[in-house]
Amino acid sequence: MARTILPFGPQHPVLPEPLHLKLVIEDETVIEALPTLGYVHRGLEKLCEVRDFNQMVQIVERVCGICSCLHALCYCEGLEQIMGIEVPRRAKYLRTIWGELHRMHSHLLWLGLFADAFGFESLFMQFWRVRERVMDIMEATCGNRVVVSVNVVGGVRRDLTAEQCQWIEQQLVIIEKEVRQLTTTILNDYTVKKRTVGKGVLSKETAYQLGAVGPMLRGSGWAQDARMTGYAAFDEIGFEPVVEHDGDCYARSTVRFRETLQSIDLVRLAIARMPAGETSVNVEGALEDDTPHPIAGGRAGTMQRFKRDKHARPADVPAPNLDLPAGHVAVKVKGKPDGEAVTRVEQPRGELMYYLKGTGAKYMDRVRIRTPTFANIPPLLAMLPGCELADVPVIVLSIDPCISCTER
Amino acid sequence: MFNMTKNVVSNLLHKSSTRLYPFAVRGHFEGFRGTLINNVDECIFCRTCMLKCPSQCITVDNKAGTWACEAMSCVYCGVCVDVCPTSCLSMTKEHRPVATERQTDFHQGSPKKKTKKVEE
Repeated sequence: MARTILPFGPQHPVLPEPLHLKLVIEDETVIEALPTLGYVHRGLEKLCEVRDFNQMVQIVERVCGICSCLHALCYCEGLEQIMGIEVPRRAKYLRTIWGELHRMHSHLLWLGLFADAFGFESLFMQFWRVRERVMDIMEATCGNRVVVSVNVVGGVRRDLTAEQCQWIEQQLVIIEKEVRQLTTTILNDYTVKKRTVGKGVLSKETAYQLGAVGPMLRGSGWAQDARMTGYAAFDEIGFEPVVEHDGDCYARSTVRFRETLQSIDLVRLAIARMPAGETSVNVEGALEDDTPHPIAGGRAGTMQRFKRDKHARPADVPAPNLDLPAGHVAVKVKGKPDGEAVTRVEQPRGELMYYLKGTGAKYMDRVRIRTPTFANIPPLLAMLPGCELADVPVIVLSIDPCISCTER
Repeated sequence: MFNMTKNVVSNLLHKSSTRLYPFAVRGHFEGFRGTLINNVDECIFCRTCMLKCPSQCITVDNKAGTWACEAMSCVYCGVCVDVCPTSCLSMTKEHRPVATERQTDFHQGSPKKKTKKVEE
């Protein structure tokens, strides 16, 4: 039969970002897929030659909008490893909280986009409506909705007050309730299942051989997650990855859906166990005044309203220990990064890896970023042959492609 | 079917989940990094913000006593506010209004004069 080459992307209604696939199709079946990347390359790694190591924190945050906090976290952990900085425990917990909030909003965004990919627009809106609550938490605690800019080398810039912690927990109760309401639709609906079950199957062996990461790998039955390595406060909180075994689009959406609920629990756990104390150490050349500016606690009206909520936190749960005045600068660390480090962090999309090299100068010698989508493109190309043309958008979206991450 | 009916009834009884946008505007939370402002009377033109800015949008001339911020290049990270020694930089919680032209936030102040020690 005659073969046709069909371009898919870089501009396509289901694609949030420019990925170009050349689909070799026979009738309605995809035979081969060839990717083309490079539409949004910005050269952020090269900027390490003209921006000093502290300014790079803000730059790596902008590699990816959706997981900005985790990029900065990974970079800061690498630098702290090189410079031998011990981050205060409170800062580690705060990083965990904001990291998990990022995972929640990213997964909710993806679940919405995924619903949109198979034409379920009202579900898309429902998920994004829930996501707004997470965005509100981030705006109230960090000062921005997406690019939160809370991480600095040696700690975090903002702190959470007892009031804010309580407000976050009240919001989490509502978020959990609203997410659970959508369970039946995204996981048990006949039409949704028809579009996702058995589509784009990635077997356990193939996933491992092609180096899939994140929900792709966990959806294919591997219990692997960078959070198990215990970065930030995960060594104290403890963590168990969510695993599904079918390896199809349905399994991957289930993994992400369950991870959203798991993140809610992790944020709760982190808030409950967060110790009091300093939020950052003073690194020479970093922000001289590292004192975080605790903020008043969101819109007063909103706080008042949710305090009367029937799902409010019961009084017998021990309040987070926040007695000590926060925002102390504990130790002063001097010097410039000299050495190299590799750090791994679990992004919403999978495992993120940073390689950092400093030569004792103000500027880093090398910042290498390997993002999860880069690792997930080979498995995507293995999933596409044999599928129907109508399923291509769903399969492409099931890897949660972040092309601007990949091209940096 | 029963689920659906339940949802329909609850949606009818609840108020709308969206805002009537132009009439009801969602405000920002306290501490939101909206617009960078400089209280130039307190500014000592020390150039710390210029050196720390990751997007290099601030230009300070300490001899002429000028402070300029390219509003379109600013990424609103708030680093300058944190490092400012006199706390003359601050951020308001409102966004900058929509602009059709490139804007520069320019301030002219009086540079700090070096005080000569009076010899006894």
